[in-house]
Amino acid sequence: MRGDQINLQNIIARSASMAPSPQERSGGVEKVAKLIDVSKCIGCKACQVACSEWNDLRDDVGECYGVYTNPMDLSPNTFQLMRFNEYEDEQGNLEWLIRKDNCMHCAEPGCLKACPAPGAIVQYANGIVDFNEEHCIGCGYCVAGCPFNIPRISKKDAKAYKCTLCSDRVYHGLEPACAKTCPTGAIMFGTKEDMLEQGAMRTDYLKDRGYKNAGIYDPAGVGGTHVIYVLQHADKPEIYNNLPSDPRISPLTEAWKGVTKPLMSAVIGLSALAGFFHYAIKGPKEEPEDDPDPEKADADRALDEKSPTQALQDADEEGRE
Amino acid sequence: MAGLAPTYGRGAMTNHWVDISNANLVLSMGGNSAEAHPVGFRWVMEAKEKNNAKLISIDPRYTRTGAVADYEVNIRTGTDIVFLGGLINFLLETDQIQHEYVRAYTDVSLIVKEEFGFHDGLFTGYNPDENTYDKSSWSYEFDDQGYVKRDDTLQHPRCVYQLMRQHYSRYTIDMVENVCGIPSQNVQEVWNMIAETAVPDKTMTILYALGWTQHSIGAQIIRTGAMVQLLLGNTGLPGGGVNALRGHSNIQGLTDLGLLSNLLPGYMRLPSAEEQDYQGYIKKRAKQPLLPGEVSYWKFYERFHVSLMKAWYGDAAQADNNWCYDWLPKLTEPLYDVIYTFERMHKGKLTGYFCQGFNPLASFPDKNKTSEALAKLKYLVVMDPLAVETAEFWKNYGELNDVDSSQIQTEVFRLPTTCFAEDDGSIVNSARWLQWHWKAAPPPGEARPDVSIMAGLLHRLQRMYREEGGAFPDPILNLTWQYSNPEDPGAEELAMEYNGRALTDIYDSNRNIRRRKGELLDDFGMLQADGSTSCGCWIYAGAWTEDGNQMARRDNADPFGIGMTLGWAWAWPMNRRILYNRAAARPDGTPWGPEKRLVWWNGHRWVGADIPDFPDASPPSAGVGPFIMNQEGVGHFFGGSMMMEGPFPEHYEPFESPIVGNPLHPNNPQAVNNPAARVFPDDRARFGTAKEFPYAATTYRLTEHFHFWTTHAKLNSIMQPQKFVEIGESLANELGIKEGNKVRVSSKRGYIEAVAVVTKRIKPLQITGQTVHQVGIPIHWGFKGVAKHGFLTNTLTPAVGDANTQTPEFKSFLVNVEKI
Repeated sequence: MRGDQINLQNIIARSASMAPSPQERSGGVEKVAKLIDVSKCIGCKACQVACSEWNDLRDDVGECYGVYTNPMDLSPNTFQLMRFNEYEDEQGNLEWLIRKDNCMHCAEPGCLKACPAPGAIVQYANGIVDFNEEHCIGCGYCVAGCPFNIPRISKKDAKAYKCTLCSDRVYHGLEPACAKTCPTGAIMFGTKEDMLEQGAMRTDYLKDRGYKNAGIYDPAGVGGTHVIYVLQHADKPEIYNNLPSDPRISPLTEAWKGVTKPLMSAVIGLSALAGFFHYAIKGPKEEPEDDPDPEKADADRALDEKSPTQALQDADEEGRE
Repeated sequence: MAGLAPTYGRGAMTNHWVDISNANLVLSMGGNSAEAHPVGFRWVMEAKEKNNAKLISIDPRYTRTGAVADYEVNIRTGTDIVFLGGLINFLLETDQIQHEYVRAYTDVSLIVKEEFGFHDGLFTGYNPDENTYDKSSWSYEFDDQGYVKRDDTLQHPRCVYQLMRQHYSRYTIDMVENVCGIPSQNVQEVWNMIAETAVPDKTMTILYALGWTQHSIGAQIIRTGAMVQLLLGNTGLPGGGVNALRGHSNIQGLTDLGLLSNLLPGYMRLPSAEEQDYQGYIKKRAKQPLLPGEVSYWKFYERFHVSLMKAWYGDAAQADNNWCYDWLPKLTEPLYDVIYTFERMHKGKLTGYFCQGFNPLASFPDKNKTSEALAKLKYLVVMDPLAVETAEFWKNYGELNDVDSSQIQTEVFRLPTTCFAEDDGSIVNSARWLQWHWKAAPPPGEARPDVSIMAGLLHRLQRMYREEGGAFPDPILNLTWQYSNPEDPGAEELAMEYNGRALTDIYDSNRNIRRRKGELLDDFGMLQADGSTSCGCWIYAGAWTEDGNQMARRDNADPFGIGMTLGWAWAWPMNRRILYNRAAARPDGTPWGPEKRLVWWNGHRWVGADIPDFPDASPPSAGVGPFIMNQEGVGHFFGGSMMMEGPFPEHYEPFESPIVGNPLHPNNPQAVNNPAARVFPDDRARFGTAKEFPYAATTYRLTEHFHFWTTHAKLNSIMQPQKFVEIGESLANELGIKEGNKVRVSSKRGYIEAVAVVTKRIKPLQITGQTVHQVGIPIHWGFKGVAKHGFLTNTLTPAVGDANTQTPEFKSFLVNVEKI
């Protein structure tokens, strides 16, 4: 089950859309969360395999780059990845920190806010943030909007992909494939309330065992997340392969959010938006490389030359028309 | 396993997977349990959560187990006996042992012969010309009735307790630091944690795997671990024991069914060439109690043996032909192991080789020798579901398999077989559980179950014998083969044959009928030595009874809440889940502690959460020992003549060691390496020295792969695509190697190339004043499959094995490393 069929799951937010969300069918729907307890993870990658199997993903057989992590990065065919980091503290004590990296399913999703394609990104009442690829225009704004660097654009179909939190399984009352597979119970799935409680229990346990900074990672900067971690060193999330210590939606995306609200009949702003995000992603004054479409290349260049403020103003004006 | 049987009586994991969750302390040593057994590892995590258990990981590297361990230390590969021997010394000298257990359930009080001794690294009776021992002095003193003399005060200078104490007094903490390379402070902290489980109601479980087994002293390492568990009173109890984590899903089944060259099913033994006399063969193995009243269950050997011969030869096996004893092969060598076989093949003494579910080119030591040996065969038959390297040993794959095909005349036959998901049957897990499984998919193409291929072979051989005659047709022509489809015997029929049947009506001593002719037996207690029962594998008796297939049971009820699910599948022997579980109760029959209740005496019989591994009506007052397979009824610190290198484990260096000499016996060149190891001269010539090959190497598996199979599977290959070796940062800096560089690793026997994983997880060790670097080499990848093709790791490893099992020394050898 993919795409619009999932609308059955009671969408509460929809990218680039002014249509109000349905309100009625929320009885009994609770916010869910996946708890990843890093202190129980042995890095076996069973979750990675289960994810590939359930979602019919087959990445390329790559190469070894000199670390256990493989593939080396998320991709349209790798929705989640075990990232291995050898961390030595000031006393020289070594820890092999292994973090399962995947979409955090933010309560305030930067990707959704950034997305200009109506309905390409949705948020369900249970908290899952899902991509509907058939509406995706491949602009890549979700990449810029994401504070965790998660979405990846396919070279094959120019659409964005990421972890769905197995929204299809969850809709049918099943846990995500990774949680189902995890042999040590490092991945758990349930209501967010229960997961926070479980996380608090594990935090106490770890504190008893000498991890005085153990804690839950559920960052407020994005309104909390529906994927939460138990970390042995919650004071230093960055040692877990650069987990951001205070993730926030970039100010540009926030600004863009103000723009999109009134601006729904998409045609209008697209070129302006493109320029805005081109700027946001790539910075100013970049020459398009061998753009196959000369007209678009010109437009891009023109947009690049506008200041961001100007771009926003343009967008705003066009939106009012 | 060759270390467990001489200590406890049976060569099998003492406890079971779920039971690991009952431990108070988990020692993962000689294995990387999280890496190689990630699913079973859940029970370690349960123990941490449920009992607040701590996990100690002792390994040459900081591993995936280390990542979740509470205490992580790195040891020089091959020195585990020094660490454990030091622990024994520490426990004895600080008197942190489980006294009541040790006195009642072990051999500490037994008195050893005066002639027995140990001098400068060698036990009495050594013959340096043959590398063997005359073991006649490795025995007890006996009284007039033939029972062992004992001194319950433990003061006799030759009682086992005093001898053991003296033997391990040399294993000081400084020796441990010097030989193993673990700072003494860390050693002490680990020992203290372990010593806490000497109290009656706390247990440590030991998890080990091939990291203990694959050394020239592997069986003795395992035995040392088993001895530690006796001293601490941890064997037989929930959450205790010595747990051999098996590396193949059905490798326990392989040894159970006697597929080692010197075994018969159920751990019975093939006779040697000198044993032409049936009565003599039985008498030697039907071991009688050495202390009054003990069980010594092997005394029933003849029942098991005769029932086996009836299963194999039916009516042809009769008392007057000694149940076809003459038809059994007799061994001219102690073991026709892989090193021996490939040595003979290499010498051109083998015509053909059947390779069933085995990939010798990749899996056996010294790949170049293996390749040369295979090239000398007339024919090679490979039965496998996959296109394995061995079947293409003759084909040039560039540097990965650099052979000249035009010079190889071996004819190779490939017979595709089904894989585990394509047939019915049972798989025996580490915990001795026989779990029935059902075919999930039909086999592809022409693939057939192994048994069907073997049936076809048998029928062709029989036809040839009938039509053309032959030197010794009887054992082949008379084999019973009463399956509904003789060309494809069913798994159900075979399982019932292993379980055993009554061949005539059988009666108990009061002439009450126990089983009618043709009925399946309930257990091995029904087996007879008079030819009235047949049984293909006595320890499996009870797996498929008149009540049906016990292996297919799936009731996970756990009435005592300690992970004893007796209705889930079936475990040998007799569905007992924890071996020697009589020892889980005090001598008076009460549990050692409320958390350790397993079986106990209820005033009339033994009851509890498990099936008692004990005569269930034998009262505590009778004082029968819990180790019912041992002739003395107790656990063995003193191994007697059961091991090749001596009754007490002693440390010897790996055959390729990064240091000079054996620090325990610096002045005795005969005691540097295992004095009883068998080394063929050609193999010895291929050993390297630390001068040319300065780094200690060890090999292992990764979670992402299973040997050389999963490199044929896309998902596994995506997860870990390419061959790598692990090198510590300090060595990498010395050699100018950076993460991701290509390196060449060479030993005296050849070289491989791989990507360098440069890691903080391998640290240089200080050994007897010198810095020793260790290099880690995963075994996976070959020149077949969908993963990136790579060199075969066993190009590097030496062809020398453990003196008891001949398991190759894959875990300790020498290499050089260069950047390319």
